[in-house]
Parts: sequence; C-alpha cells; structure tokens
Amino acid sequence: MPEANIPLWEVFIRSRNGLSHKHAGSLHAPDATLALQAARDLYTRRGEGVSIWVVPSNAITASDPAEKGMMFEPTASKVYRHPTFYEIPDEVGHM
Amino acid sequence: MYTQALNAQALDAEPDRADPGVAKVEDAVRLQRFQERIDAEERIEPNDWMPELYRRTLVRQISQHAHSEIIGMQPEGNWITRAPSLRRKAALLAKVQDECGHGLYLYAAAETLGVAREELVDQLLSGKAKYSSIFNYPTLTWADIGAIGWLVDGAAIMNQIPLCRCSYGPYARAMIRVCKEESFHQRQGYEIMLTLARGTDEQKEMAQDALNRWWWPCLMMFGPPDTVSQHSDSSMRWKIKRFSNDELRQKFIDATVPQAHYLGLTVPDPALTFDAASGHWRHGPIDWDEFKQVVAGNGPCNAERMARRRQTEEDGAWVREAARAYAEKNRAKAA
Ligand SMILES: [Fe+2]
Ligand SMILES: [Fe+2]
Repeated sequence: MPEANIPLWEVFIRSRNGLSHKHAGSLHAPDATLALQAARDLYTRRGEGVSIWVVPSNAITASDPAEKGMMFEPTASKVYRHPTFYEIPDEVGHM
Repeated sequence: MYTQALNAQALDAEPDRADPGVAKVEDAVRLQRFQERIDAEERIEPNDWMPELYRRTLVRQISQHAHSEIIGMQPEGNWITRAPSLRRKAALLAKVQDECGHGLYLYAAAETLGVAREELVDQLLSGKAKYSSIFNYPTLTWADIGAIGWLVDGAAIMNQIPLCRCSYGPYARAMIRVCKEESFHQRQGYEIMLTLARGTDEQKEMAQDALNRWWWPCLMMFGPPDTVSQHSDSSMRWKIKRFSNDELRQKFIDATVPQAHYLGLTVPDPALTFDAASGHWRHGPIDWDEFKQVVAGNGPCNAERMARRRQTEEDGAWVREAARAYAEKNRAKAA
C-alpha cells in the first residue's frame, strides 16, 4: 500500500521583536508540533527568527491572480485617497 | 504558500477546453501576454497562467536540483565521523545539514507547480529522475572534502546566482536562501585546501590528488557544450536560465584557476592557457563520453548512491508511519 502524503504547512517567521511575521517557505509534517520543530531546523539555522508560526497550507484562502484586475482595480482609480491629490500652496507647509 | 488544492482548482477552471479551436487561439494570446510579462522582468507566481512546457521544464529542473542536494549529502557525509578535528567536524556537519535544507526548499518550490513531493521522490527512487553527475564520484580522502567545498560548491554558486533572478518566483526565492548559505560551504572547502597545501609534503600531495580527480567532473557539472545542449532555447527565452552552459563554465574556470595557483597546485589540464586578449583562461577538451557514461548510470558511485537513498527511504518508513499514527490519535482525541 502506498504511504499517505504528509500534510503541507506554511511557515511564518518574526525575525526580531518589533517586526511582523513574514512568510519564509513551506514544509511537510504530520502535526503542528513536528511542523514547528521542522520549521526551526529548516528556516532558522542562522538566527533568522525569534518566533515561528506554522499554518496548514489548506487553511489558507488565496485570491485568484486571474481576477486581480477586478480585485484591485478600485484602489487604482481612487486617486483622491492619496495626499498628492490635494493642492495646497507650498508656503502652507505640510504636517 | 500555494497549496496543491489551489493549483488543481486553477487547472480545472481552464476555459474552453472542450473546443480545441477556441483553446488554441486563447493559448496563443495568453502565450504572448506571458512572454511580455517575462520580457518586462515580471515574476511568474504559482497560480498565474503559464505555458505547459514552462511548468514541465521547471518541475524537471527544480526537482533535479532538489535530488542533487539530497544525494549530494552522501559523498560528504562519508567523512563526518572521520573529520580531522572538532572544528572541521562541526563545519562539515552544518554544511551537510544545509544541503538537506536546500533539497527541502527546492522540493517545496517544485510543489507550487502542482506536483507532490512524494511523487518527485518516487521518480528519484525509480531511477526516472536524474541528479547532478558530480555526486557519482567517490570521496577517497579528507582532501576531497576540501575540493568539494571549493569546487563543487563553487560551481553551484556560479549556477545558482543567476537563478536568483529566475522568472519563476518560488524558485528564485529558494535560490536566494540557498546562495546565502553556499558562501560558507565554499569558504570552508577552500580553507581545508589551504591548510593541506601549506602542510607536509604528503598533505600537499593529497590536495593535488583531490584537485586532479575533481577538476574535470566539476567542469562537466555545467552540462554539455552550447553546441549540443537541448532545453536551452526556451529556458533562455523564458528567463529560467540567463547564461549558457559554456558561459557559466568559463566564469567558473576564470574564478578558480587563480585560486588553484594561490594554493600552489597545478590544474590537471596541460592545454590550459591564459588568453590575454580576452582575459579568459582557455581549457583543453572535456571528455564528454565520461559525462555521458555517468549520466547514463555508469559512473563510479551511481549504484551505491541510489542503493543508499532507497535504503534510507525504507528505513524511515516506520518513523513516518509512527508520526502519522500519533497525529491521527491526537486528532481523534481532540475531536
Ligand atoms: Fe546546496
Ligand atoms: Fe553547498
């Protein structure tokens, strides 16, 4: 009988306090405890982190890149959300 | 961070598969748009549309690269228990552990293209997939560990630095991680060579002997000459590859010949000459028959490497089974 595949996890690492966790890569592990240990061995061999999150890959819902036009267009057309949209004389200065 | 499930959905959602005519026109348009993105140095990410050949080329290249890292642990692992000092032992152990990590980053990068790691490992174990020819040579003396770090990891660096700009995002990111670690590998190897080269006559002889045996196989690591190399055209157009085999080989020779001279060693190529006009070292003919033999499975250690890898897989089966059973039991308890 072929072996069942071992689940995939995504690894997020906080490189130092004050920074947020950032995606570092993926790994396979049967459970969360082993995923954490494997993440330590695989992604922090040179002091890359002070904290690790592991998340089952299939728990992540991702946006579809094919729909990115529809998904992100509204931000492109709303120039009035940016400070540069507003005209203020130079001598007023900025805050 | 792209699950296989997501990739499967993306494939199912391909429109108009039922009408091959429509699909063809669609594909031509998509292909052109894809090439424009590549030309604009945009990175391609896992769930983006990509030509089937691009996907297949990457799966083959990334998985072969991963297999090479994993098999590559064997020749060096051979010397861990016999390293001449604690300092050397700790360094070698850390290096071999890094190579395992490289293999795992790379399998993960390949998996973003919709294949399972288990499937890739099966291809290696069944002999269907290849790995770098260099790991089919034996490590006979401690000096070989120096030569491997200096030359084999040096050649890997030459290959991998341009791959940090590969058009496929996950591969490029894995390579950035790998390249950061390779520099330690290359330096610890050269330091071993330097120590031997400055040692007793016998030690210097050992260093020379290792260079003699590793030099030509290292030049072969870059693959067949450009005149006969397959796969290259589309790989270059799609910016999977940015330099040809011969270009990378030349860079490697130009970097390592002066390093050999610094060691006071002789490069085992009587035809080697410095071409002052171009500033390049010109090498003599490479024995491509030897390369073909090693790739075909007839190198000095092919059988040994595969037997060891298969044995390891078998020996680990009960561990994987136990870990799965334990995880299952805990899930049942929590439910
Ligand atoms: Fe490596
Ligand atoms: Fe390495």
